[in-house]
Amino acid sequence: MVKKLMGSIRQYRVNAIKAPLYVIMEVLLEVWVPFLMADLIDYGIDLGDFGYILRMGALLIAACVLSLLFGAGSARQAAIASTGFAANLRRDMYHKVQEYSFENIDKFSSASIVTRLTTDINNIQMAFQMIIRVAVRCPVMLIAAMIMASRVNLELSMVFLAAMPLLAVGLGIIIKNGMPRFEKVFRAYDKLNLVVQENLRGIRVVKAFVREDHEIEKFDENSKNIYRLFSGAERLLAFNMPLMQIASYGCMLTVAWLGARIIVLSGETEMTSGQLMSLITYSMQVLTSLMMLSMVFVMITISRASAERAYELLTEESTIAEPENPVTEVKDGSVEFRHLDYSYSGSDERLCLKDIDISIKSGETVGIIGGTGSSKSTLVQMIPRLYDALHGEVLVGGVDVRDYDIETLRNAVSMVLQKNELFSGTIKENLRWGNEHATDAELEHACRLACAHDFIMELPKGYDTWIEQGGTNVSGGQKQRLCIARALLKKPKILILDDSTSAVDTHTDSVIRTAFREEIPNTTKLIIAQRISSVQDADRIIVMDEGRVAALGTHEELLRSSDIYREVFESQTRGGEENA
Amino acid sequence: MPNPTMGGRGARTAPPDRKLDMGATKRLLRYIMRYKFRFAAVVLCIIASSLVNVSSSIFIKTLIDDYVKPLLLESDPDFSGMLGLVTGMGCVFAVGIICSLTYNLIMVYISQGVLKDIRDEMFEHMQRLPLRYFDSHTHGDLMSRYTNDTDTLRQMISQSIPNIIISVITIVSVFCTMLYLNIWLTMFVVVFVLIMMRTVKVLGGRSGRYFIGQQRSLGALNGYIEEMVNGQKVVKVFCHEEKAKEAFDKLNEELRVNASSANSIALTMMPILANLGNLQYVLIAVIGGGLACAGVPGITLGTVSAFLQLSRSFSMPISQVSQQMNAVIMAMAGAARIFELLDEPVEGDEGKVTLVDVEKHADGSITETAHKTGHWAWKELQPDGAARYTELRGDVRLNSVDFAYVEGKPVLHDVTLYAKPGQKLAFVGATGAGKTTITNLINRFYDISDGTITYDGIDIKRIAKSDLRRSLGIVLQDVSLFTGTVMDNIRYGRLDATDEECIAAAKLANAHGFISMLPQGYDTVLEGDGSGLSQGQRQLLSIARVAVADPPVMILDEATSSIDTRTEAIVQKGMDSLMSGRTVFVIAHRLSTVRNSNAIMVLEHGRIIERGDHEQLIAQRGKYYQLYTGAFELE
Repeated sequence: MVKKLMGSIRQYRVNAIKAPLYVIMEVLLEVWVPFLMADLIDYGIDLGDFGYILRMGALLIAACVLSLLFGAGSARQAAIASTGFAANLRRDMYHKVQEYSFENIDKFSSASIVTRLTTDINNIQMAFQMIIRVAVRCPVMLIAAMIMASRVNLELSMVFLAAMPLLAVGLGIIIKNGMPRFEKVFRAYDKLNLVVQENLRGIRVVKAFVREDHEIEKFDENSKNIYRLFSGAERLLAFNMPLMQIASYGCMLTVAWLGARIIVLSGETEMTSGQLMSLITYSMQVLTSLMMLSMVFVMITISRASAERAYELLTEESTIAEPENPVTEVKDGSVEFRHLDYSYSGSDERLCLKDIDISIKSGETVGIIGGTGSSKSTLVQMIPRLYDALHGEVLVGGVDVRDYDIETLRNAVSMVLQKNELFSGTIKENLRWGNEHATDAELEHACRLACAHDFIMELPKGYDTWIEQGGTNVSGGQKQRLCIARALLKKPKILILDDSTSAVDTHTDSVIRTAFREEIPNTTKLIIAQRISSVQDADRIIVMDEGRVAALGTHEELLRSSDIYREVFESQTRGGEENA
Repeated sequence: MPNPTMGGRGARTAPPDRKLDMGATKRLLRYIMRYKFRFAAVVLCIIASSLVNVSSSIFIKTLIDDYVKPLLLESDPDFSGMLGLVTGMGCVFAVGIICSLTYNLIMVYISQGVLKDIRDEMFEHMQRLPLRYFDSHTHGDLMSRYTNDTDTLRQMISQSIPNIIISVITIVSVFCTMLYLNIWLTMFVVVFVLIMMRTVKVLGGRSGRYFIGQQRSLGALNGYIEEMVNGQKVVKVFCHEEKAKEAFDKLNEELRVNASSANSIALTMMPILANLGNLQYVLIAVIGGGLACAGVPGITLGTVSAFLQLSRSFSMPISQVSQQMNAVIMAMAGAARIFELLDEPVEGDEGKVTLVDVEKHADGSITETAHKTGHWAWKELQPDGAARYTELRGDVRLNSVDFAYVEGKPVLHDVTLYAKPGQKLAFVGATGAGKTTITNLINRFYDISDGTITYDGIDIKRIAKSDLRRSLGIVLQDVSLFTGTVMDNIRYGRLDATDEECIAAAKLANAHGFISMLPQGYDTVLEGDGSGLSQGQRQLLSIARVAVADPPVMILDEATSSIDTRTEAIVQKGMDSLMSGRTVFVIAHRLSTVRNSNAIMVLEHGRIIERGDHEQLIAQRGKYYQLYTGAFELE
């Protein structure tokens, strides 16, 4: 996993190497300072040698300035490397998502993809920054300080060696017990957020059913749970600081006592006051870096989940692959389903399309009708290969859709999805999704066909009117007509409308259909609708029921032969009376 | 272990205002003061533990000057005095450690307790707010008070407050000690610290600018990602992938540049401060050493080494305080947002009339009972204490009702209508004509500006809101489901309904069929607002939910809009039998849904322009006729 993610460093590799190198230099200088200080105190101050003090002082100041430069440099490199790495990773992930099939998108859900591209990347960036700087700094500091301390006085430095495992074990116990507790806290928080979110979304339901107290109870229960879990987790953390103090005070006392004895007994030959001072400084350096190291460890563990989620997204293989020698031309708009089966789960159980076997001629208009959940949409989505068949095959222009170059196929098959989206931008920009080189005249022509031209002209800025995200500033019927115009601009061989005129009034609906018949007679048209009136003049109508073709024929034939069709027809024309 | 950020999804976009909100601070202190004895203990312990920390610097000085130096001169050194000092110091340290453990532990309870208090109060208060409030605030905005705002508050209480107290105590005591040791060296330290603070300020100011840039481009990129990923299927259908990548790359690079500058400055702050601290340390050694060499009175080796230790304990807390202050300002801005919510006035309810179950007797008289009978009555207490009962019949009248969501922009004009008991009343009209608004007024989601609404002859303002709403079963346009089993979701309509009653309701709503097909049937857990279900299935569930409530009056607001017409006819049959003899309001876009109503009101721009039953309206050849024949577009 790490290797795969690290592949995104690319041009920032140099920065990612410089950062730890600089930090090592900084640490070495920082560790050297107490050593020099000991000399300054012992040979300078103690002996009253002013010249020595100045010489050593200059050296020390130089060391500090250098260390400052390296420290700042390393921080800068780390910032460049980590933000660059995050940008690359985000880019790689986003580009990967562009390759996804519908199935891949359904599997992750849009919300989860968004979180992975935003929150998770941020966590990874933070962790990466820690790893190349702090995670390097601490162990180096630890070892360097130990070495320097042992050079000052080997026996006394053993005191640290004794204190270190003590502190490490203590921190280890806290972390080991703390991590699962914090994970529980995270989950409890997620649950609380969910309760609030659902409450906000359903606030009208809550109020309509007078369930405020019920909701408060639900919230309190979760809130209490967080209090309990969080207190438990933090109580453990409360031992962090005292533990650190025990170690550092303990070291200080022991070193001071033993050190003072050595100084006195040896008459300042084996050790000096200055060295005692620097030993105490080293003890702080050793213990602090150990403490920091434990923090880094925890941070990295926490971000592991994010890294895993990013990795999952990067390694997901698109379920729809380009063929090896793709066909790059779609001959005509004929469509043929041959014993087609499909299930979202990919297994033979719970098939949502069962043995579909239909052949549609180029230029034919076919209506599709059926109840909620009869898999009408799934059926038509097989044509531009948004999903692949489980068994059987789908042929467009006489060629299996799996043999086409995907872009060729999708440019020939234009589809207006049921849940259609407009994007923030002008109407023109949105329309040009269909054909980016379309002239203004072509745009207008398509809009006239889709009965959108008139209302566009009534808007204050006409074709340059800004559409808000999700197309919230036009009505449902207007949005649907814009989407149809956008699809027409592709000049497709096959046009699929998936319940795309449901918000358009019946009159306009019929005008659009007439325009289709007259202006694009050679385009195959598949129209899914709830309203019988939208399909009754089609060449043929498919009646879907629970993933099967229940009936196929013209309006008149179906009225005679299909019970389902007749019932739907009656419920829409005179269904009122018998229910009264 | 660091305290992880809870639920901090998405970065705060507004840069912190660089001023401390005093009002919010005082209010927050009141919450903390609920734990005043514990908090006092915390403060005492913090003071003790900081003093112990400072005394460790004096300890080394005393050790060297008073023990090591004199002992060096003796031929037969006696260590008993020194042992005494060390053990004494050991005791002091022990006290310090115990104090710091104590305050850390108590602080956990205070911070978590305060947080829980605030959280619970906030949610409880929110439940009592009128719908208007929710209309004018986005979910994201409200959610962030439970996540980001409380989280920064937690960090502030548990970390910033103790840190600031420690820092202040340390600064004061160290400063005094330094003054006591040597005034000139102290002056030097103060000057140096001022330089450090200046550096922090300059760098901080610059990083602030870059951070605003970073937040802005982060917001832009996140917005783009959200829009494109949600419309990913359209992107695929139009083979728009390359374009989508191009625009993304541009925004991504912009963010990288900004983030890189912002982080560079923020990250370099720490090493610069730390190394300036080192520099100060060295300079003191050189200057102090020089002075000691020159034989300036009062400066000994011990003094210099004590000073070296002290200077560290002085500069560190000062840079800490300046950093913590930022956290405090941020947290207080969040607290202000929380208190703003707590200060919102709650939904008023001056109604006294309540709804009770009653037993109907043969002679037409009614008596109150505790069990469900299918009959209800309005109960009003007379001034003399006697109760007066009015049978609930479902007679709803609107008299010349005017209403505006926003002052000056009326939505309903002079709406008058009667729903006689047992009638089915329908509203038809374009989006924004005011159909849903009328139903929102009947259950008092909003209060009318002018006119009256009566329910069985009682002004609805006199009816207790909760009882009024209990008497009205509503199926709303947007179905909201809650995380839980299908059964739980149906039972939301009546919490004490048995499983059998829920299943019966589901059958009535024609939902039983698809529920049985779910992996665990009625025990299937719905998540994310029932995202696994189709819109039509969700509508069937929400109808079952209201069916189990078995209300005396029902409002169906586009309740069947996503259900195919064939299923709708079946559902309607079931609903009609459930509601026979009871009043029903229906709002629908699809005219086939409303055709069998007793009366249909056609609304346009907040006025009723036509009314009558289906045949009458068709005969009128007005708007309804045009709609019916498809000459007009609804929406």
